[in-house]
Amino acid sequence: MTRILHKKRLAKDVFLMKLEAPLIAEERLAGQFIILQTDDDYGERIPLTIADADKDEGSITIIFQVVGKSTQDLSQFNEGDVIPTVVGPLGKPTHIDNFGTVVCVGGGIGVAPLHPIAQALKEAGNEVIIIIGARNKDLLILEEKMKNIADEFIVCTDDGSYGRKALVTEPLKEICERNPKPDMAIAIGPPVMMKFCSETTRPYDVHTLVSLNTIMVDGTGMCGGCRVNVGNEVKFVCVDGPEFDGHLVDFDNMISRLNSYRDIERHAHRCNLEIQFDEKKSEIEK
Amino acid sequence: MSILNNEQIELKAKEYLEELLAKEEPIKPRDRMKIPPQTMPHQDEFARRHNLDEVALGLTMEQARIEAMRCLQCVKKTCVADCPVQIDIPRFIGYVAEGDMQGAADEIKKVSLLPSICGRVCPQETQCQQNCAVGKGLKDVDKAVTIGRLERFVADWERATGNIRIPEVKPDTGKKVAVVGSGPAGLVVAADVRREGHRVTIFEAFHKLGGVMRYGIPEFRLPNDIIDQEIDTLAKMGVEFRTNYVVGRTRKLMDLINKDGYDAVFIGTGAGLPMFMGIDGENLVGVFSANEYLTRANLMRAFDREHADTPIYNSKNVAVLGGGNVAMDAARMAVRLGAEKVYVVYRRTEKEMPARVEEVAHAKEEGIEFRFLQNAKRIIGDGNGRVKALECLRYELGEPDESGRRRPVVIPDSEFILNVDTVLVSIGNGSNPLISQTTPELNVNKWGNIIVDEKQKTSVDRIYAGGDIVLGAATVILAMGEGRKAAAAINDLLASN
Repeated sequence: MTRILHKKRLAKDVFLMKLEAPLIAEERLAGQFIILQTDDDYGERIPLTIADADKDEGSITIIFQVVGKSTQDLSQFNEGDVIPTVVGPLGKPTHIDNFGTVVCVGGGIGVAPLHPIAQALKEAGNEVIIIIGARNKDLLILEEKMKNIADEFIVCTDDGSYGRKALVTEPLKEICERNPKPDMAIAIGPPVMMKFCSETTRPYDVHTLVSLNTIMVDGTGMCGGCRVNVGNEVKFVCVDGPEFDGHLVDFDNMISRLNSYRDIERHAHRCNLEIQFDEKKSEIEK
Repeated sequence: MSILNNEQIELKAKEYLEELLAKEEPIKPRDRMKIPPQTMPHQDEFARRHNLDEVALGLTMEQARIEAMRCLQCVKKTCVADCPVQIDIPRFIGYVAEGDMQGAADEIKKVSLLPSICGRVCPQETQCQQNCAVGKGLKDVDKAVTIGRLERFVADWERATGNIRIPEVKPDTGKKVAVVGSGPAGLVVAADVRREGHRVTIFEAFHKLGGVMRYGIPEFRLPNDIIDQEIDTLAKMGVEFRTNYVVGRTRKLMDLINKDGYDAVFIGTGAGLPMFMGIDGENLVGVFSANEYLTRANLMRAFDREHADTPIYNSKNVAVLGGGNVAMDAARMAVRLGAEKVYVVYRRTEKEMPARVEEVAHAKEEGIEFRFLQNAKRIIGDGNGRVKALECLRYELGEPDESGRRRPVVIPDSEFILNVDTVLVSIGNGSNPLISQTTPELNVNKWGNIIVDEKQKTSVDRIYAGGDIVLGAATVILAMGEGRKAAAAINDLLASN
């Protein structure tokens, strides 16, 4: 039973919630996630990355976008309400070190999980370049927070309604072309965006981490629903990840697995990922 | 012999019991051997393909007494020796024969807290019933006294009275024990340790209690209300429960001792990562571990498509890979979820199959087709990333291997296609890495299973482990046996300091 301490709407369909979860707040590290259920009997278990935590207050912050029935239900909860199931922190934390210069790329809601990682990298002494992007201005989140961390900060929107009119891969490519090139990149966002970011950095041989958000049931390694091909190995996102080398992830298989239940999902709707994928495809074809 | 319906079974037993009770002299062993084994009443084999209700309905009172009268009350109790928790079987059966069900229940509960569960899911044919003198005398292990059914009968009888006796708890010792995992091993440890007056907290990763009995074993074999009942008994004994708590993540194992003041910890986290075949196509949409499929259907209630938010794959033709009890559960669940055709693909023969005979029989009755001496070679996709078919190979049995079972040998060029849209992989589990990842001082073997001594103690003082996390995938009762040993060791430890 987890109480909601604070709720805020960040953008259309994007919500921030601060949850009373002292144990998770104490243990969590950047890169980890929780699993949440809005109903203990019939609810679905959904993985959500921890965007922030406050040990003293005993709280964690989640940021989510309404994309289906379960996130829709969650968005109906208000301050003071109690979420029946919140469990975590799950997954392996991000390996934080002083790598030198790191480019952090956040797409859409992916900026939320990127935030604590960028923060930790900054604290570890890295030069942090941040690129955040969204389809349009209304979908941009955490701009101020990210700006405060960044040594260099770039905002883009797909439609040019704010910042630079570009996909995040454009500035990423430019940064990779610099001399010296960045020491590492981290890309978090829709699978298609992570795929293209990995493709962008590959020719420059810039090690690229991605954080995968696959279908999960238990989140503790028991079901195998989250498995992905990484290099020649099958990995479980919940216990081996969620972060992997983007140059080794089989994104096409992962995207097709994410759509496993598309035809039977209740209140199914056309998700943003799909729209972006189509847009991107048409842009590439152009 | 014609098959009797449940009413006929009941009526026949009534008449027969009267006959037996009318005899003035005690029944001689020779005559006991002539008493026919009692047929378990079952839910209709067609009706049950569409519901989750229990398949085996349980013996009637009269049947239970007749079955109990088959017991020879041997002096040398091989059944007890073969029981992992050593219930005094002849004694409780003696009470059943006399019609003293409370006496029988009390006898079982001296050592087994979970008889309604064990009576349903224990592999009795390879344990207590295996060396039963009646079965031996009749030269058929299937004709042994059906101890498991009697155990279940007694437990169900007690449950039906609504007056379950709560085991006595000794005065508070002030000592605290943490039990990690609420599956069969954990529940036994909790009960045994709590009885000695120690405070017990069970930590469970899921939102519901019961471990594999909840997420894995389907309701048609083990109804949820039975698990609820057993857990309620523990709660009434004063055991505390913390759900949504992943030891190793929410709190590190050693913190339970060093920061939270627990005097001992039992790790019963169960089986972990499901194994896959390592064949082409295994990541296609439509390939699931049996664990995932069953967890969705059971724990997440996806069987109830109308209410559950958790989706489950719509399957027409399903291939289940493997021959254990979990494979049977997955196959039978697929039938209930509406699959038209379900195959069990197993590379040895029926004789070598690890699944219980009863489960295999039930599966066959439900229309599941067994493909013996066949194995998956690769899974073929439809071009859109979804399963279209399974390519298999035929096998024959060769020389016996280390396990004593004849090794299946592939027949060259024997490939053929099975048209399926779903593949359920049920070939076992690895170990769960969550605790070992974050507890480097804990010794594990090369498969990641926790290494314990004969008292279930791990390489770390005050930390004990048992069940599948130690054994690899095993059974509910073996987990309970290990739990019992661990609890005894923990009680000794806490008594001495």
